[in-house]
Amino acid sequence: MSNPQQLRYSKEHEWLSGAEDGVSTVGITEFAANALGDVVYAQLPEVGSTVTAGETCGELESTKSVSDLYSPVGGEITEINEDVVNDPSLVNTAPFEGGWLFKVRVADEPDDLLSADEYSAHTAG
Amino acid sequence: MSSSPLRLTALDAVHRSLGATMTDFAGWDMPLRYGSERDEHHAVRTAAGLFDLSHMGEITVTGPQAAALLDHALVGNIGGVRTGRARYTMICSEDGGILDDLIVYRLAESEYMVVANASNAQVVLDALVERGAGFDAEVRDDRDAYALLAVQGPESPGIVKALTDADLDGLKYYAGLPGTVAGVPALIARTGYTGEDGFELFVKPEHAVELWQALTKAGEGVGLTPCGLSCRDTLRLEAGMPLYGHELSTALTPFDAGLGRVVKFEKEGDFVGRTALEAAAERAASAPPRVLVGLVAEGRRVPRAGYRVVADGEVIGEVTSGAPSPTLGKPIAMAYVDAAHSAPGTAGVGVDIRGSHEPYEVVALPFYRREK
Repeated sequence: MSNPQQLRYSKEHEWLSGAEDGVSTVGITEFAANALGDVVYAQLPEVGSTVTAGETCGELESTKSVSDLYSPVGGEITEINEDVVNDPSLVNTAPFEGGWLFKVRVADEPDDLLSADEYSAHTAG
Repeated sequence: MSSSPLRLTALDAVHRSLGATMTDFAGWDMPLRYGSERDEHHAVRTAAGLFDLSHMGEITVTGPQAAALLDHALVGNIGGVRTGRARYTMICSEDGGILDDLIVYRLAESEYMVVANASNAQVVLDALVERGAGFDAEVRDDRDAYALLAVQGPESPGIVKALTDADLDGLKYYAGLPGTVAGVPALIARTGYTGEDGFELFVKPEHAVELWQALTKAGEGVGLTPCGLSCRDTLRLEAGMPLYGHELSTALTPFDAGLGRVVKFEKEGDFVGRTALEAAAERAASAPPRVLVGLVAEGRRVPRAGYRVVADGEVIGEVTSGAPSPTLGKPIAMAYVDAAHSAPGTAGVGVDIRGSHEPYEVVALPFYRREK
């Protein structure tokens, strides 16, 4: 699997797009989606709520388990992906594209986000 | 975590070439899924699935008193099983607690094969050896003598038929006969753990890859899909079948698990656990213990084993297995609940899912029953 070069990554397996007008898109990586198995339910943060980098902001249920969803950055949620709420399998089929989870107006960005190559090395370990 | 290396089945290389996600299951490195576990589940319900179940523990009991030994060691009427038939039964401890649930095949007048869960196979073997002392019969550990492949689903009869001359139409559910499949000797059993029609094929490990490949080829045109243990779990859950370590344990008797029918008090001779089980049967009749029920979610959050079942702010039971049901399209669970809340349709029952009480409907098991 290849991790898109233009994204940055958290060690908790979220990806973060470059900001457009201060708003970045967040999803989980293909590595994480494969590890979860079929995602059947996504509980996403509410639009307008504030998330904190590295803290739980939702959950993803798969056949075998439930996993906490973390935000890689802090800020205000501006949009959530209603398509994923209606069809959580998008997280498995298109984790870097149609399976994105939420958009956040970035107020606080930790300095330990990884590049694609660093993240690939992190998951290879 | 155990530090000993995982055991590999004879099909290990096949699983890896198919890109399986593997998992440690009772000390065996087993396929969890090959692709999407939901797709694998649907394949078994609508077409057919191919499973490697070589982790299951086979124990052979032979000799003039093989039947008497098993009647003494197990709770079922094993002497009453006709040659070529199989029986679902249990082995209990002296206090009535369930050591394992088993399928026993009568292969010949004085030869049985006992199939135990991988996690309990050693316990079952030890118990049979100990309980068999004094009987004119031999208990043999055959765990390494067999690989086990299962073909499950509505298309499975056609797939297996294409590879054997055995009379499959005459082979009833819970029957087994020796034969040849794809040119290799096999015990062909019409058993399974999915709620579908299907076959379990016991073969020598050195024949497993050949048989797997022949089945794969025979099933090509009808949607046969390699299937992992993840979908096996959701299939058996939908079919309301208990899983040892979840619905069954040493802390429960068969009566506590709603499976008192497997205990045959009327059979000849004494058997291990009889006294305790007679008391358990009376207890179950006079003061029903918690009852195993089905729960269906109204919402989308999934109950997991160990979650509390609640009603009116009180804990009334515990979830033993839970998963999103691919067939029903919503979360389901099996749970032990107080008898007062066990009737299908009981209102106000919920599951405590990480602090929030999600509404659930109490239903009769199973969740899914195939059309015959």
